[in-house]
Amino acid sequence: MRQMIIRRLLQTIPLLFFVSIVCFAMIKLAPGDPVLSFVTPNMHADDIERIRHNLGLDRPAYIQYLLWLKQLLQGDLGYSLVNHQPVLGQIIDRLPATAGLMGSAILIAVLLAIPLGLIAGANRNRWIDKIINLIAYIGISVPLFWLAILLIYIFAIKLSLLPSMGMRTIGEESIGDVLRHGILPCSVLAFGFLAGYVRYIRSSTIGQLKEDYVQIQYAFGSNKWTILFRHVIKHVLLPIITLLGMSMGDLVAGAIVTETVFSWPGIGSLGMTAVRGMDYPIIMGITLFSSLLLILGNLAADILYAIVDPRMKVKG
Amino acid sequence: MNQTKWNHLKQELFSSKPGIAALCLLIVLMLGAIFAFLSPYDPNLMNAGKPFSTPDGSHWFGTDDYGRDYFARALYGGRVSLLVGFASMVMATAIGVAVGVISGYFGGWIDSLLMRALDVISSIPSFLVLLLLSVFLKPSVGNIIVIIALLMWMNVARIVRAETMSIKEREYVLYARASGQGAGGMILLHIIPGLIPVIIVGATNNIASAIMMESSLSFLGFGVQPPNATWGSMLNSAQGYIAQAPYLALFPGLLILLTVLSFNVLGDILRVGLEPKLDRR
Repeated sequence: MRQMIIRRLLQTIPLLFFVSIVCFAMIKLAPGDPVLSFVTPNMHADDIERIRHNLGLDRPAYIQYLLWLKQLLQGDLGYSLVNHQPVLGQIIDRLPATAGLMGSAILIAVLLAIPLGLIAGANRNRWIDKIINLIAYIGISVPLFWLAILLIYIFAIKLSLLPSMGMRTIGEESIGDVLRHGILPCSVLAFGFLAGYVRYIRSSTIGQLKEDYVQIQYAFGSNKWTILFRHVIKHVLLPIITLLGMSMGDLVAGAIVTETVFSWPGIGSLGMTAVRGMDYPIIMGITLFSSLLLILGNLAADILYAIVDPRMKVKG
Repeated sequence: MNQTKWNHLKQELFSSKPGIAALCLLIVLMLGAIFAFLSPYDPNLMNAGKPFSTPDGSHWFGTDDYGRDYFARALYGGRVSLLVGFASMVMATAIGVAVGVISGYFGGWIDSLLMRALDVISSIPSFLVLLLLSVFLKPSVGNIIVIIALLMWMNVARIVRAETMSIKEREYVLYARASGQGAGGMILLHIIPGLIPVIIVGATNNIASAIMMESSLSFLGFGVQPPNATWGSMLNSAQGYIAQAPYLALFPGLLILLTVLSFNVLGDILRVGLEPKLDRR
């Protein structure tokens, strides 16, 4: 077990290294000269050359990469080309909004997906399974931005029940206000996650119901619901850990569209603003940050899975 | 691929009502996209009707803010969306199959190298890269197809690699090798035909995700540029008129949903049909 964890950790290091090379290459390939953002109209050509030299842009690419990597390891992701604030600081400022939104969406999705998946799996091919399955199919096929627009139309415009934009009403500081703003974006994201989780839990329930322990419980006279919600659920919960780990990678990328539609002030909308303004350091910072989350999420999923399920010990 | 598998597949597809429905729907959508020119309205003609007329007999989906016929725009938009979906799928599948077969067939360091590269690419969230590249490059239809394909081939490569490794140990392949067949011939004549089932399944799922990616990209304003429309960019402009003309947002989204849903349903049916080991769902 310890060996497996060490091996997975060791695999992660070169992966992070190569991901950083790819990210660096993308900044370098980006059109536009980064020096230009420091240039003012009355600057002399010598001044521009000096800025280029100070930024290290006149050195060979691999030296530039190593310098960039060194800064990166010290937590320095550079400065925004637009407002000249540190990139890392801006990401950290926006993190709570995104983490709160995505965290609650994932939590709601899991809590709903467990009973739905179990019920669908246990009633395979009956009407209730077909309905749950249809919902899941729609969930993986619906463009979430469209769902968001429809919900805004119904709940914010027609019924005037909920706010459709931002995270706070100006001048109001209550948690209740933030929660009210979060209902629509959170429902949209939760629906997206729910579909994937339900399909996963449904198929693992179907698999579990063929196991011996289920037959034994039946033989002991337990009823279907007891078996389902007391025994099968334990085995079905295991793969969910993996799913949650994999959801980490979607944390930022998955939030881009939804945060943009609802003007939610998270990392996703920060990224969108950066893309519109060609603010490469911010874009790269967010890309690196979400790659890190994705890699660590997968790592955490593997390790947790190995801890919870000892059968996985040998497999790496 | 052998005859029994095809028959099994046909049976699986035509015995499932959702499968038939999905197939019919896709055929209708494709015919609509192909024969879009039969529509009496030019999709970019302004004031074809009064701006924001609600759907009626002459404008089935109503008209948009410029008075353009929305049904014609939806047909032409579908043409671009479906084209991007198919073209990216073909390209992604070709790359995936090439990488997967080479990796699985030769094994050794080639395999390790390709698989590590695949791990690296899969570790960078693809939608971010998609956004980034579409900002760098001019967002033409061709560029979008290439970018989406470059971000989508990894799943096919993984499945194809696994399948290649199992096929190359089968007896008929071993016989062929023993009879002196070279690597190229082996791959083309003996490995690839055996891979067709997994390729079809991977390709079907890829169309669904390509269409979804293109829609999201165009919705954010980085996809196909105006005046040409895709379903995603139609939603982008509809968003601004949601209070006065909600039907402008309804139709394109519904079309995306139905298209992606149909491909997902077909993909699942094909998967079950082509791999009888799998549980019937």
